Amino acid sequence: MSAHFYTESVSSLRRKLAAKEVTPLEVANDLLARIEAVDPKLSAYNFKPDAEKVRAAAAAADVSKPLGGVPIAIKDVLNVEGDPCTCSSKLLHGYTAPYDATAIAKLREAGAVFVGRTNMDEFAMGSSTENSSWGVTRNPWDTERIPGGSSGGSAAAVGGHEAFAALGSDTGGSIRQPASLCGCVGLKPTYGRVSRYGLVAFASSLDQIGPFTKTVEDAALLLEVISGHDPKDNTSAKRPVPKYTDAIKKDVRGLKLGVPKEYFISGIDPEVQSAIKAAIDQYAKLGAEIVDISLPNTEYACAVYYIIAPAEASANLARFDGVRYGARVKNPKDILDVYRSTRAQGFGPEVKRRIILGTYVLSSGYYDAYYNRAQKVRQLIRQDFTNAFQKCDAILTPTSPTAAFKIGEKTSDPLQMYLADIFTIAVNLAGVCGVSIPCGFTQGKLPIGLQIIGAEWGEENILRAAHAYEQATPWHKELPAI
Amino acid sequence: MASPEIDVRYVADLARLDLTDAEAATFQKQLSSILGYVAQLEKVDVSGVPAFSGPVVNNLREDVAGESLPVEVALSNAPKQDNNLIVVPKMIE
Repeated sequence: MSAHFYTESVSSLRRKLAAKEVTPLEVANDLLARIEAVDPKLSAYNFKPDAEKVRAAAAAADVSKPLGGVPIAIKDVLNVEGDPCTCSSKLLHGYTAPYDATAIAKLREAGAVFVGRTNMDEFAMGSSTENSSWGVTRNPWDTERIPGGSSGGSAAAVGGHEAFAALGSDTGGSIRQPASLCGCVGLKPTYGRVSRYGLVAFASSLDQIGPFTKTVEDAALLLEVISGHDPKDNTSAKRPVPKYTDAIKKDVRGLKLGVPKEYFISGIDPEVQSAIKAAIDQYAKLGAEIVDISLPNTEYACAVYYIIAPAEASANLARFDGVRYGARVKNPKDILDVYRSTRAQGFGPEVKRRIILGTYVLSSGYYDAYYNRAQKVRQLIRQDFTNAFQKCDAILTPTSPTAAFKIGEKTSDPLQMYLADIFTIAVNLAGVCGVSIPCGFTQGKLPIGLQIIGAEWGEENILRAAHAYEQATPWHKELPAI
Repeated sequence: MASPEIDVRYVADLARLDLTDAEAATFQKQLSSILGYVAQLEKVDVSGVPAFSGPVVNNLREDVAGESLPVEVALSNAPKQDNNLIVVPKMIE
């Protein structure tokens, strides 16, 4: 049989599975063949799917379930019982997850088939997936370029059609930025929407799990499945989960979309700028009301983030000390040597840099000047969004100031790398939600992403806006040449 | 926050992290530059501003015993163990 399915969206695949036009096993086999053919060029997976396991799960799948028989790839930071979970860190090579993360358990319950572990920046620290002990992942639109990060493997897998959908995590843009650079849809839910239980913690007040998909409808479907209160995460919200797949059916007439002047700054690539402007015009044509807004503290977001996130990381990563799990050094002199040498040998440079930075800003004498002040500026950033959402229902911005950059281009200057997240970070700091969707290409055929930011629990609005735009534009139908 | 001075070796020691000389030198330079960048927060007037509080704060569950991982599963990744305990080098002489 010569028919291929790997370019299908989850929703169209679901319809074909339900109509018995195709079986889960045929889908699994087609995807496994695609991964064999393409992953040597992209290296999206740290661990490619175990073919036998995938076939067995597919053969047993119940297609009447919401994701029955749909293969989904998982970022190597989420625990899937019995699978490795390395966070792309040498320190966790050999680790096997003893339990399912809640988001994974929900996917499992919905009938999904897990297909492999996607690459990422070590412990989700980075914007290019170059900080990985497994090597770099390549962008499906240009293999000389980075896929973005930290969830670059998930983005490249979905963008390169070697996954129908994937889960990632977003602490400062780690879903939206790589989705933008790889030409797919990436959604960062409101803080508390999705349980973080079983997600290896980077910065606990910022981390959220979210989907990478080929279409907005798929993002709505996956979000619907993974959301909801979980007694195992005391920051997960006790709120009902709306029917996101219904919310997308409304058009945007009457929807107020804000355009913040602070996101159209010098330094933004002219091709990105004109694509975003064209998207704003498209929304006006579709009947949305475009309003000018201001988020005055935007310029401080990056500085606040690089105090708060490393501070939380330095505490969270203290657990990786060679005692309970991970690769312990051989023949340690004493217990201190177990900690110090295990960490020295196990962590890569970016993780070490952030642990030192975080320890410094929390240390005696500096705590007030750095951490406390950053938490206050963070509140101002949150207040900016609260004020803005009195005037509009969602906000339109670029996701990333540039399209995908070259491998190696920013690795020697961490500060330059940090600035790649300049448009996504404030969303995490404020705790609100955001989605990146394809909105065009550069002359060199690199994807450009539009970010749609929603208020707290505003996922229905951003998905509705995203879907209306997607249906009116051709970008999501383009396939990379890979 | 005015003078971003960081003694990388001292801080790494607090974080229980050994550094090579080359790492210490590179980090010293890079972290000074990053601290110089974040020092711009000094410009912000934060008088009277409360510290951040997010969308969800401490949804605590009832304090009742529930199912948990069996001991052997919880210990399955421990580098060294004996008799359901994790073994580490001697801490106290």
